[in-house]
Amino acid sequence: MKLSRRSFLRVAGITGSMAVAAKAAPAQAASPFETPGADEVSMLVDTTLCLGCRGCEAACAEANKLPDPPADEGVFDEPRKTSTTALTVVTRFANPRDEKDPRYVKRQCMHCVEPACASACPVRALDKLPFGPVTYHPERCMGCRYCMVACPFEVPKYEYEKALPTVKKCTFCAARQEKGLLPACASVCPSGALKFGKRGELVAEARRRVYGNPDKYVQHVYGEHEAGGTNWLYISDVDFAKLDMKVTVNDASYPQLVKGVLGVPPFVMTLWPPLLMGLYAFSHRRDEVSSHTGGEHGSKGEGSHE
Amino acid sequence: MNSHATTAPRSWFKENILLGMNPTDYVKSLLTPFNAVCAFICMVGVPLLVYRFYAGLGATTNLSQTQPWGLWIGFDMMTGIALAAGGFTIGAAVEIFNLKEYHAIERPAILTGFLGYLIAVVGLIADLGKPWNMVGIFTYNGTRSVLFEVAWCVACYTTVLFLEFAVPMFEWLGLKRFYQPLRKALLALTVLSVMFSTMHQSALGSLFIIAPGKLYPLWWSQWIYAFFFITAIVAGISMVIVESAISHKVFHSQFEGRHVDASALTLGLGKAGAVVLFAYFFLKLQGVIDAHAWGYVKGFLGAWWLVEMLGFILLPALLYAYGARNRNVTVVRVAAAIAVVGIVVNRLNVSIVAWDYGNPNHYVPSWMEIWVSLTLVTLGVLAFRWIVNRMPVLHEPADLATAEH
Repeated sequence: MKLSRRSFLRVAGITGSMAVAAKAAPAQAASPFETPGADEVSMLVDTTLCLGCRGCEAACAEANKLPDPPADEGVFDEPRKTSTTALTVVTRFANPRDEKDPRYVKRQCMHCVEPACASACPVRALDKLPFGPVTYHPERCMGCRYCMVACPFEVPKYEYEKALPTVKKCTFCAARQEKGLLPACASVCPSGALKFGKRGELVAEARRRVYGNPDKYVQHVYGEHEAGGTNWLYISDVDFAKLDMKVTVNDASYPQLVKGVLGVPPFVMTLWPPLLMGLYAFSHRRDEVSSHTGGEHGSKGEGSHE
Repeated sequence: MNSHATTAPRSWFKENILLGMNPTDYVKSLLTPFNAVCAFICMVGVPLLVYRFYAGLGATTNLSQTQPWGLWIGFDMMTGIALAAGGFTIGAAVEIFNLKEYHAIERPAILTGFLGYLIAVVGLIADLGKPWNMVGIFTYNGTRSVLFEVAWCVACYTTVLFLEFAVPMFEWLGLKRFYQPLRKALLALTVLSVMFSTMHQSALGSLFIIAPGKLYPLWWSQWIYAFFFITAIVAGISMVIVESAISHKVFHSQFEGRHVDASALTLGLGKAGAVVLFAYFFLKLQGVIDAHAWGYVKGFLGAWWLVEMLGFILLPALLYAYGARNRNVTVVRVAAAIAVVGIVVNRLNVSIVAWDYGNPNHYVPSWMEIWVSLTLVTLGVLAFRWIVNRMPVLHEPADLATAEH
């Protein structure tokens, strides 16, 4: 009996906390007509305009004091991913419409409006600046790599080979932007494939281009809703899945996924101690009663002696 | 006078450290095959741990950019902390729910808990790139992170476990001034241990909620924190059964002259284990129904999920129920052993096997990762043995025993 009562209380406790979590679940985002992060800095990538010159790669390497990217065109033969020494890479994809006109896609951190990595970082080594970029403080980082677990785009890269490793990812050249300069990649792009601006304006621009040219563009702005909205937006005339873009990413913001469970600790901390003390009092009451009646018997016995 | 002053501490040392033997006899008593195996494991493992800090994680582990967490998190941290849940489970049963019959196993459960958390923390330190920056969790307020909650709770609860463990330690040292107040604080410490455990045992599961696309849908669930908390209770109960079975064999002399009805305790725990495991089994089913994930019961991971569900959850639940009902201690112990393996399997599935499931070059731990984990477990077992052979853990100190009976 005792054990089943205990089990019952455990189960009751858990279901209770589930209910709390469910209740605390997100009442998400404002009106559908408002663009989240409209005032944040943003970049629109029009893959139909990219020439594959990789000037952005070189400029990025220079700005971040990283080794020069490989010079020869052979890098396009194998699909590449960003790494600790290349924070942006351009990859070539076949164009199903025209084999002679391949598509090039630049990749880097997406700079989410609500970044999963920054929300996951317990020491705020990854942190979002108010004007948009998600930046990194190496002096705070303990190297737990939870950012890498959390990021749906697999952007943060870790220097496993180093004894004192840090996380590497594109910072949207936040330091350059604070000085009024363009991000290094955008400052050298010769083709207009990269357009820098405010997110609200660039979302509108992307929609204009895409929905105004339904014969040309895939009818989707990648990054408008992905992961709750990203500050890097992509438009294309080739299916995004064929460009190896992560098309299974949730539309809802990732930090919102854990908002419910993070609401539980205050309840546990305030409700558990009194509840447990109440159970303590309850479970010890029987002992008290039995010892009390035992005491009465004793005193009666003594009384009769007199 | 002089001779008295020098012999007194030496005899204390002899009695309490060398177990009443001369130094030479003591060293001879250590020369056993079991100790030889342990020494071999540690002689390789401890230098490996040092080498990891010199050469980095890349040289010692098979971690990659898509598998940032490997065996040291999946086994040492995730599994170690789950298996150490006996400390708060039995503590709550005795101190809060007044189930006095479990008093005899409270101290070993707390010791296992404390050592389990120490192993987890050492494993974590090995895994972190710059472990000294851990202090940042106290200063940078990363309150939107589940890991922030885990880190705080583990730090606080390890402290609580140390204070609980300090009671037998100070009794051993004869420091009444220290153990007396701690004994009185045991109820408060137990309340804290339940509070912190509720939060971080579940939060270890919540860590994965933010990564729905990377964990195979049969394991990813928005209720994963409830699964982790319930399995922590299962692990706590099952570990206590397994451990008391082993303790009764290995430390037999310590139980002499005292009446502890181990069979009744085991059967009672088995009954509790059956209830919790059945609840867990059906909650897991509910999780799959809720996520509309039945379509994922296919291929290797689908089959492996069925093995976990049927072989490591339903089977021990049935065995627990059968053993408790038919008063068969052996069956309950077998169930407990299967359940413990099941918890290990579950934590490894969530953090390693079903993680990054789309990647054809899936992570397999390096021999060095396995060896370091093995070393930490070995050190834990050795520490447990060293402590219970000296401190009043498996048996109560004389003053408490007379006061209560």
